[in-house]
Amino acid sequence: MGKLSWSAIPFDQPIPMTASALMMLGIAALLIWVLVKGHFPYVWREWITSVDHKRIGVMYCLLAGVMLIRGFIDALMMRSQLALATGGAAGYLPPEHYDQIFSAHGTIMIFFVAMPFVIGLMNFVAPLQLGIRDVAFPTLNSVSLWLTASGVLLVNVSLVIGEFARTGWLAYPPLSELQFSPGVGVDYYLWALQISGVGTLLTGINLATTILKMHAPGMTYTRMPVFCWTALASNLLIVAAFPILTATFAMLLLDRYLGFHFFTNELGGNPMMYVNLIWAWGHPEVYILVLPAFGVFSEVISTFSGKPLFGYRSMVAATMAICLLSFVVWLHHFFTMGAGADVNGFFGIMTMIIAVPTGVKIFNWLFTMYGGRIRFTVPLLWSLAFMLTFVLGGMTGVLMAIPPADFVLHNSVFLVAHFHNVIIGGVLFGAFAGYNYWFPKAFGFTLDERWGKAAFWCWVIGFYVAFMPLYALGFLGMTRRMQHSAEPSWTPLLHVAAVGALIILAGIICQVVQLVVSVRGRHQRLDLTGDPWDGRTLEWATPSPPPSFNFAVLPNVTGEEPYWGVKQRAIKEHRLADEPKYVPIEMPLNSPTGFITAFFTTVTGFALIWHIWWQVAFGLLGAFATFVVFAWRDRAEHEISAEEVAKVDRERRRVRTEALPGRGPPS
Amino acid sequence: MSGAQALVASQSGSPSKRILVGYGFWVFLLSDIIMFSAIFAGYAVLSGATAGGPTGAQLFHLDVAAIETGCLLVSSFTCGLAAIAAGVRSQLWTQVGLAVTGLLGAAFVVLEVREFSLMVAQGAGPQRSAFLSAFFALVGCHGIHVSAGLLWLGTMMAQVYAKGFRADIMRRLLCFSLFWHALDIIWVAILTVVYLMGAGA
Repeated sequence: MGKLSWSAIPFDQPIPMTASALMMLGIAALLIWVLVKGHFPYVWREWITSVDHKRIGVMYCLLAGVMLIRGFIDALMMRSQLALATGGAAGYLPPEHYDQIFSAHGTIMIFFVAMPFVIGLMNFVAPLQLGIRDVAFPTLNSVSLWLTASGVLLVNVSLVIGEFARTGWLAYPPLSELQFSPGVGVDYYLWALQISGVGTLLTGINLATTILKMHAPGMTYTRMPVFCWTALASNLLIVAAFPILTATFAMLLLDRYLGFHFFTNELGGNPMMYVNLIWAWGHPEVYILVLPAFGVFSEVISTFSGKPLFGYRSMVAATMAICLLSFVVWLHHFFTMGAGADVNGFFGIMTMIIAVPTGVKIFNWLFTMYGGRIRFTVPLLWSLAFMLTFVLGGMTGVLMAIPPADFVLHNSVFLVAHFHNVIIGGVLFGAFAGYNYWFPKAFGFTLDERWGKAAFWCWVIGFYVAFMPLYALGFLGMTRRMQHSAEPSWTPLLHVAAVGALIILAGIICQVVQLVVSVRGRHQRLDLTGDPWDGRTLEWATPSPPPSFNFAVLPNVTGEEPYWGVKQRAIKEHRLADEPKYVPIEMPLNSPTGFITAFFTTVTGFALIWHIWWQVAFGLLGAFATFVVFAWRDRAEHEISAEEVAKVDRERRRVRTEALPGRGPPS
Repeated sequence: MSGAQALVASQSGSPSKRILVGYGFWVFLLSDIIMFSAIFAGYAVLSGATAGGPTGAQLFHLDVAAIETGCLLVSSFTCGLAAIAAGVRSQLWTQVGLAVTGLLGAAFVVLEVREFSLMVAQGAGPQRSAFLSAFFALVGCHGIHVSAGLLWLGTMMAQVYAKGFRADIMRRLLCFSLFWHALDIIWVAILTVVYLMGAGA
């Protein structure tokens, strides 16, 4: 069994044992419930094997939501530890455990919360907005999802069997080399991220191809909604950046497994090369996450201001400018490396230049709102909080883009405050705005506004209370990744930050309650027309939830905001356009390929972590066999008859026609 | 693609499946090339870090590299012949073309494994220095790609035999030949950067 033995399970450590016991109880309860209630065939047929981009998008977001709670528990433990272990106290988390927690927190929040959330939204929304029936490669999409889930599973297994990395979320060598991290923690980190990274890369290829090549008739590039543009930029960045991550991790794996010397201290190894390579991926990654969030805000602000987006073309240009610039700033993550004044100067200036297209976007959103009839719904509130918070985070970023200032602030909690400021304020607020905005499209009923607003206020206030003290602490000299501190003057600020984390906890509880309340009261909040917000883009032209084929007849696009034009004409003429001629639709068949592949990659990954070589061979063979079986199938599609299509679409036309008199839309 | 299919494709606003698959595979190849460029960058940084061990000039045999190059380039030619044979639906010549491609690819892999094992035997394995780590990783990564390509090629031959020239099989053949030619491009870069520049230095 390789390195695996019973001593790998930390029976003597109550915290991980309790956490993992609770987690396993939860999973067991869910499984038993699904099996006993007889839901398993439904879950298998309609979700696990589904290749429908909407279902896959929903599952991505669900995965992100669950992992948000997991990552947030880590955050609570860190903040409480630091609040207790101050003024010389030891706190309750020993260093080797605390180090695992901050490493897991960063890894989970970036790779398994932020990434799946934005990928889920892009998956769900982009094909609907483009007016097409699915992504370019539906089965590959399912493979991507389950590879991501495989990575998630491995990270969570590390809680029970073995340990997680103690190296920080980017596992810098030489600390992450075998010499200093002999345990399996770094191997869990590397293999989990290699597997999920392949999934992300495949998503990037899939969605970039989809957006570049597939569209409804007349949907030219310059008519695509801005969310599609930002999704395109994000996926191009995935295609261009994730292979660098794969290569970098592969080198570190060779060092750890086969005694190579890429990043070791001896025989010519170069640890700083790792830092360069990982940030050549890592900085584009920031924009992979935040650009789709910018897209969400663009859609939300335009819809709830009742106006077309201000400066559509400048928005597109700004998006693509950020996409390019994101590759020439990576060195600002390590000005202190000693590359010299010229190099630092170049990267400092390039970093400041990125603020220009971002500023263009902020002004475009403000001008979109100017003179609009603004509806202060939950998605719009998140967008407003984003604009304030993100500008603040951006300014602290520009501050640190000045190399001399960075020398003072490098690796301080000022930096921690800065990147939480942009990632929470940018990516997470965007994800929450998108979640509230598109939830009715996915499920056919809206989310509760009151609980949504409560969650919003808790999150925003909690964010400021938790992270503003860190800016101050950073100026006072507190470095990041400290397990305890001895400076008494820091104590009050650390206590305030812990209170902030508790307020965010209240926000998360409100979000869970919001979901429960909304599901239970769904019959009062049904979205019958499919257009609950008086939307402007094509996803609102379909029923909620959309049929598997999205559009009975592909829409014919004649300008920007195609659905808005169609809707205005219908309102003016008091009738919908003439009934089209319905034809049968070919849709891809569901396939368990993704799920089974991920099963074998999980088996392989686990075996590699524990050096169980026969199991590695078994896993790889299984994965190859899965592909061969998939390649051998004779039927890839099934036909939905014209009558079935007509039935669905006539119902849509009926409710929409009924909603026409007295319209304005249902509010 | 028949005329009727072309009409349907243009009305839907999206291109035919063949174009879509080819396009997506090109995007994948670009990502693969980016992965190689990261490893190339690593090699460029570490190529001087021999840590007192052997250098490229002492280790590389250009005659072996020339034969390897010959195998790969000719295999690309035969791969092209197989694609032409598939285009005229000739089962026999498609299989012959693919088989020759596979044999040449296998010869390449054998030569490379032999080169690696000789180096390891004379104490110039990847553990010796950062330069050799980067060498084995870069050249080995290409070798693993060729080996995976051989696995794919064998599967394709079986598929062509069992399923004939169905549209989806033809698309896969297209992707395979794109993959095989891309490996050639990467090999030419390796030959230049690693062997020619290394042996001359």
